[in-house]
Amino acid sequence: MKAGNYIPGNGGVTVNNIVKKYGAKKETIQALRGVSFEVNRGELFGIIGPDGAGKTSLFRILTTLLLPDGGSAAVDGLDVVKDFKEIRKRVGYMPGRFSLYQDLTVAENLEFFATIFNTSIEENYELVKDIYSQIEPFKDRRAGKLSGGMKQKLALSCALIHRPSVLFLDEPTTGVDAVSRKEFWDMLGRLKMQGITILVSTPYMDEASLCDRVALIQNGEILAINTPQGVIDSFDKTLLAVKSRRMLPLLEDLKAFEGAEDAYPFGEYHHVVLRPGITDTHAMSYLSQKGYEDVQVQLITPNIEDCFMARMAKIY
Amino acid sequence: MRTLKFLLQKEFRQIFRDPAIIRIIFVMPVIQLMLLPWAADYEIKNIQLSVVDHDHSDYSRQLVSKLTASGYFQLENYTGSFDKAMESVEHERADLILEVPHHFERTLVKENESTLFMAVNAINGVKANLGAAYLRSIIQDFNREVRLEWIQFPRFNPETQIEVTASNWFNPGLNYKYFMVPGILVILVTMVGAFLASLNIVREKEIGTIEQINVTPVKKHHFILGKLIPFWVLGLVILTIGLGLAYAVYGIAPAGSMLVIYGFAAVYLLAVLGLGLLISTYTSNQQQAMLLSFFMMMVFILLSGLYTSIDSMPEWAQYITKINPVTYFIEVMRMVVLKGSGFRDILPHIMIMLGFAAILNTWAVINYKKRS
Repeated sequence: MKAGNYIPGNGGVTVNNIVKKYGAKKETIQALRGVSFEVNRGELFGIIGPDGAGKTSLFRILTTLLLPDGGSAAVDGLDVVKDFKEIRKRVGYMPGRFSLYQDLTVAENLEFFATIFNTSIEENYELVKDIYSQIEPFKDRRAGKLSGGMKQKLALSCALIHRPSVLFLDEPTTGVDAVSRKEFWDMLGRLKMQGITILVSTPYMDEASLCDRVALIQNGEILAINTPQGVIDSFDKTLLAVKSRRMLPLLEDLKAFEGAEDAYPFGEYHHVVLRPGITDTHAMSYLSQKGYEDVQVQLITPNIEDCFMARMAKIY
Repeated sequence: MRTLKFLLQKEFRQIFRDPAIIRIIFVMPVIQLMLLPWAADYEIKNIQLSVVDHDHSDYSRQLVSKLTASGYFQLENYTGSFDKAMESVEHERADLILEVPHHFERTLVKENESTLFMAVNAINGVKANLGAAYLRSIIQDFNREVRLEWIQFPRFNPETQIEVTASNWFNPGLNYKYFMVPGILVILVTMVGAFLASLNIVREKEIGTIEQINVTPVKKHHFILGKLIPFWVLGLVILTIGLGLAYAVYGIAPAGSMLVIYGFAAVYLLAVLGLGLLISTYTSNQQQAMLLSFFMMMVFILLSGLYTSIDSMPEWAQYITKINPVTYFIEVMRMVVLKGSGFRDILPHIMIMLGFAAILNTWAVINYKKRS
């Protein structure tokens, strides 16, 4: 990026009532139904939602690949419809699907993306060094022959090589192993330090706690925007973890329990959200009535996943 | 400029890194040029002839040996019964039956005329038609010879005869290969130009790399030029290989200037590349592009005058040949290779092709969107 013609932006993202529909007259699918939020400069903003919630549509609109049917949005202070040319110079986009040239080598891919952004690897090596140095030993290997985690790193390097002010990562950790996922989030943390605004979408709720703020999106609507701690704090229900030897019938019985608003499997336990006024002793007596003798019931503090599960079930 | 240079570098790298593409590009024209001209032969040879001879005379034997000596006919069987001959037709062993009646020689000598019967297996229409025509002309020839035998020299010949002698301009030996090879070459250039290019662009769509390119500041015309130039070059390379083969294998050296051929090919490739680009903007995966290309190629080949004469097509089909770019290049190739036409002769063709190039490319560029 040349300093001369650079129009300084605010580095943030503003989304105002964005609407997107797909399909012809009769069978329209509303991918986004009036989404609004704001992301500040240098923030790591997570968009969490199940598949089909509208995350990719939102990202494609913000990266100027898709035109919204309504509403407005600005990236780095520039309008996504009007100033799309300028935006393309200053955003980095990593699509959910690996979409670099598989038949070019690691180094060639990086060089190619550096060149079409009118820069060079040397110029911004500092920024990508952390990530790129891990795949540099394989720089003559074709991108298609890399492992999933290495592909991810290469894609991130390519999206960063022109020093974007806003980085969009669409489900970057889908299909990546747990260790690589951890590494990836560590890298995002370091990039944030450099003042880059990062928007990341993910279907994994446990990743939400790694963001500065998160937006929960479902069916094209934002259900909540808060800091991870804020999300947890706003959860005011009693939550139980229940375990027994017969887990499957236990889940069914918990769902049938009148005092429970929601019950869902969670690791080796089932989590149960209790209705107001119901306590764990009520649950215990209900379960022993049902004939569970070995049952363990404990009161737990909710984590972010519990909060999202509750939000999506629309019970608070 | 730097961006374009890099796009081109990337494109060539990818092409040369794909061994299948390289094989297709270089082996396909060689094989096609070696095989097709031999198969696309209009001369009908090896017609299986079944002779039913009821006469067993000197003349009938002379006629049969004249027929088999012509090189067009092979004597499948020689019998005395029509039923037997019919049987060989039914079993697809014979294409033609020639029946020589009883007393063929006697009536010919006595009454100065005689009849022969010919039955044609018309399942393969072309073979039947041409076979019958060959047979008829050989019999006429035989007839003349018989007559000559009778004329007593030096007696005056009372019959006046008009004899026609023909001389074939531009292709004296009527060598159909001179006619076919340039045409087949055009098809090859078209395939590389239009269809490899469209497949290449659609592949970027399919793999999703186009998405990554679209979020970059790469300009639309840079991206398109980066795609078109490599295939423009490859098209000319194919043409060169083809012309070399035509000379080496068939001894075909263009009567006209190479410059004219390359000049026209350069313009022609612009037009077909535009077509390829257009196909790629309307399709979203390689299968669709492939099927569409295949369909268009069939129409292009059959309505280009490569195998069949345009003048004998129905009027509506002739209009279609006018909007088929392949027609013009085949015409130009034949004009230059056989007749030695120069730039001035093919000027109308060049103009039309420039028109094609302008329309197709503009249409394609308008339809190519970096966002939806």
